[in-house]
Amino acid sequence: MGLLSKKDAALIKDPLADNNPITIQVLGICSALAITAELEASIVMSISVLFVLGVGNVVISLMRNIIPSKIRIIVQLIVVATLVIIVDLVLKAFAYELSKTLSVFVGLIITNCIIMGRFEAFALGNGPWRSFLDGIGNALGYAVILIIVGFFRELLGSGTLLGIPVLGDPIEKTGLYGFGYENNGFMLLSPMALIVVGIIIWVQRSRNKDLIED
Amino acid sequence: MEKRTDKNSYTIVFAIIMVLVVGALLAYLASSLKPMISENQRLEKQQNILYAMGVNENEGTSANFVSTVDAPKLFEDKVSEQLVLEVSGGKITSQKTRQEYMDSNNGQEPYLIDIKKQKSNAKNGEPRKLPLFVGKNEEGKTVYVAPIYGKGLWDAIWGYVAVDENMVVQGAYFDHKGETPGLGANIKQRYFMDDFYGEHLLSESGVFKGITVAKGNADPVNNDKTDNEVDAIAGATITGDGVSAMIKSDLKLYKPYFDNLKKQAN
Repeated sequence: MGLLSKKDAALIKDPLADNNPITIQVLGICSALAITAELEASIVMSISVLFVLGVGNVVISLMRNIIPSKIRIIVQLIVVATLVIIVDLVLKAFAYELSKTLSVFVGLIITNCIIMGRFEAFALGNGPWRSFLDGIGNALGYAVILIIVGFFRELLGSGTLLGIPVLGDPIEKTGLYGFGYENNGFMLLSPMALIVVGIIIWVQRSRNKDLIED
Repeated sequence: MEKRTDKNSYTIVFAIIMVLVVGALLAYLASSLKPMISENQRLEKQQNILYAMGVNENEGTSANFVSTVDAPKLFEDKVSEQLVLEVSGGKITSQKTRQEYMDSNNGQEPYLIDIKKQKSNAKNGEPRKLPLFVGKNEEGKTVYVAPIYGKGLWDAIWGYVAVDENMVVQGAYFDHKGETPGLGANIKQRYFMDDFYGEHLLSESGVFKGITVAKGNADPVNNDKTDNEVDAIAGATITGDGVSAMIKSDLKLYKPYFDNLKKQAN
């Protein structure tokens, strides 16, 4: 027997592919469009969501028997907001440089529907350990899509990866640009993120027919 | 049977306790971390001003400040004077040196003046304090660094611009609170900030024109430094307009100072 039982391992594995929060559950689309123009931003956002969703799921799960059902959404919001503010304050005090990069994402995390979605659908009905795994799994599933989209948008839109030019210099016309290649400025705009996500969904569903709904 | 947690009284009590606990926790954290946060912000201002003066540790294409350890000493060494001006109707009504300003403001250093607050004061008709940092850059040229403040697409944007006595830009630093990563947030990328170097703020006849962040610029590599234009960032039109606007509105206020400098020189 491995570290995790089969059922627990599925909590991590399923969201990576067949139950992906973005491509199957269609949650978190807004941030997937907003911040994937650069690979670095996608990675930073993924790590932030990993933390907030992992910890948040545990907190909600521990409180699941005492949360009044009438105000549970508000309670969930407060938990996310508190976690995010704590992280922001601690970073500002001890890792100021990092906090400046992250501050943009703070607002986006609070409104990220994946977080509310997992609290509501999973943490309210399951124990802390399983909720933690579910949070990590879904955050990783979110991360995979974000990083794929960020990779293509930065590569085709700016000709760079993590800010490093990989296709040559567009002004000096070296590398690929020497053969008449041009960056596609349209890739930097959000509509193209939606198209990239759409292509991922298409590829995924054509490989696994069970995912196609009638 | 009704569940205990469905009762109205339980809901209200739960909400009250939750708000109290969360409120107390956040208030405690915020106030205990405040000294560290404001110290970080103070050092950042020094780093920003030094960056605009050309004192930085730039490598390749990335923008790097001097380290927070070195910043206070370098700031002391490089910034020879911090002036505080008050301007009204295109004339300087008061000009204080660092010492004079500190004496009349409980020892507050001019570089800590809150530009945002000064801007809103000015809207209410109060005089606006304009800090100006004078120093020599790496090439030994005297430069004047002025802070600017405005708004981008989502939130505040600000910066520091270093100019010489002819109001030709010698360095610029921009920052933002919440512009879109990969688009508007790129105003703090070197390729954008470096573009301002050598740009003229005045027209050929000496009238203040500012610098426009222009779309569809016919001069993307920015060879022409006298056209009062730099190339915009694709997908960041509103942030770029914000940069143009804050340069126009804030740096214009300093023009009387440079006019005076010229008169004195002649």
